[in-house]
Amino acid sequence: MDRPLIHIRDMDAAYQRSLVLSGVCLSVYDRDFIGIIGPNGGGKTTLLKVILGQLKPLKGTIDYSLDRSEIGYLPQGNQVDESFPITVREVVAAGLEHGLKLSIRTNPSENHKVGSILEKVGLVSLQYRSIGELSGGELQRTMLARAIVSSPRLLVLDEPDTHVDNRFEIELYELLRELNETMTILLVSHDIGTISPYIKTIACVNRDLHYHTSNEINEEQLKVYNCPIEIITHGTVPHRVMKEHNH
Amino acid sequence: MLQLFEYGFIQNAFLAALLMSVTCGIIGTYIVSRRMVFISGGITHASFGGVGIGYFFGFPPLAGAALFAVLAALTTENLTRRKVMRNDSIIAIMWSLGMALGIIFVYLTPGYAPNLMSFLFGSIITVSKTDLWLMLILAIVVSIFFTILFKPILFIAFDEQFAKTRGIPVMLLNYLLIILVALTIVLSIRIAGIILVLSVLTIPQNIANLFTNRFGRIMIGSIILGFIASIMGLVISYYLDLPSGATIIFSLVVMYIAARFIKVVKFGRGNEHK
Repeated sequence: MDRPLIHIRDMDAAYQRSLVLSGVCLSVYDRDFIGIIGPNGGGKTTLLKVILGQLKPLKGTIDYSLDRSEIGYLPQGNQVDESFPITVREVVAAGLEHGLKLSIRTNPSENHKVGSILEKVGLVSLQYRSIGELSGGELQRTMLARAIVSSPRLLVLDEPDTHVDNRFEIELYELLRELNETMTILLVSHDIGTISPYIKTIACVNRDLHYHTSNEINEEQLKVYNCPIEIITHGTVPHRVMKEHNH
Repeated sequence: MLQLFEYGFIQNAFLAALLMSVTCGIIGTYIVSRRMVFISGGITHASFGGVGIGYFFGFPPLAGAALFAVLAALTTENLTRRKVMRNDSIIAIMWSLGMALGIIFVYLTPGYAPNLMSFLFGSIITVSKTDLWLMLILAIVVSIFFTILFKPILFIAFDEQFAKTRGIPVMLLNYLLIILVALTIVLSIRIAGIILVLSVLTIPQNIANLFTNRFGRIMIGSIILGFIASIMGLVISYYLDLPSGATIIFSLVVMYIAARFIKVVKFGRGNEHK
């Protein structure tokens, strides 16, 4: 196999001395579509922060065979101030920034890229609206457009399906499947049932990380890894198989 | 009314109003959009410590105010970033510590502290040539800074974490911006006063924000509105013989109420605030 885009070896991460991740190993290869799952507080977002270079690992190494600017990032949805005076178009253009550029005018090729991505996510008619005027789904599409406008080699998404309705959720995952033909995707989700048909492999994060080389998880694996999640298999119609339960 | 301009001090006041409107229009938009009004209040009041020390040791109070404002701004920013304390608690401490030091040193200064009231309540009529030069330099620096760095500033103010992932030097810009905020506050204190200065940094922006939701347009709108209000306040102050800082703020508030009224009549009830 080729060299991985990102290679994490025996990595520990912590916030103010409380250990969140321990002994994490993960290789992300070109065109991977990895679903990162695990309980709240298990370290999913922390893992992304380390990959994005926002948090220095306590121990271990991370090798990149791509530039940081080649990573597109969709943060968790509830962090932006919706009354901030900024238009959809301006938000998307932020995804094209790289380092510190001094400029008065936007350059035409940037304008063109922003325009074509707005078309792709269906926001052309809303491009001059300020974000406070958008619905939850429209805002999330704006943030997704910002993440992919630079045509990144690696796309990192942190719970893209919270605060959006079912219809947009399906549209979103179809779009991600299409994007996966040209880019590698790391997707954090709390809902493995929804993402399972789309992802190729699964990483369970709960302080440590267990990597599953398929998008299915059986009971055996659950016992071994002590992952607090549901078992997933696929038929012709994607469905969930739940563990035995009492009601 | 034109004969007013034959007086030198009115010409100075007019220039001061213009320069303050430019600087405060731009910086105020940054403050309001990023919800930094409270930290700005902290910086404003902390600067009074410098005023007091200036009186006591006999150097220009404005220089002391600038020193204290910048120190308070950098300390607040730094302690907040390092999560040493809650942000609003740090601000409250800076706010009251500055005032306390100011009161102590003004009290210890023998005799009468000239212009003390103008630091508290502002006095556009008494701005000096030196003040005007300083204000001109600051207005030019702020205008250039925000023009060539418009996009990075907008992106950082909107979503700092994302800006970091795009390799924008977020920390450097944050510190430079908070220094510009501190200097803007200090030079506006001469005109609007410590007690009143926050309103020239927030009311024009909120009027402009009633009619546009775009960062750049709020800046330009605020500059124009701030200037109109300053001139209105100046004229009212002259004819009714009232303190100019107070009449400027009063004009701003009246303009805000009028703008809200116009907006409701013309456009119906908006939802610009959530």
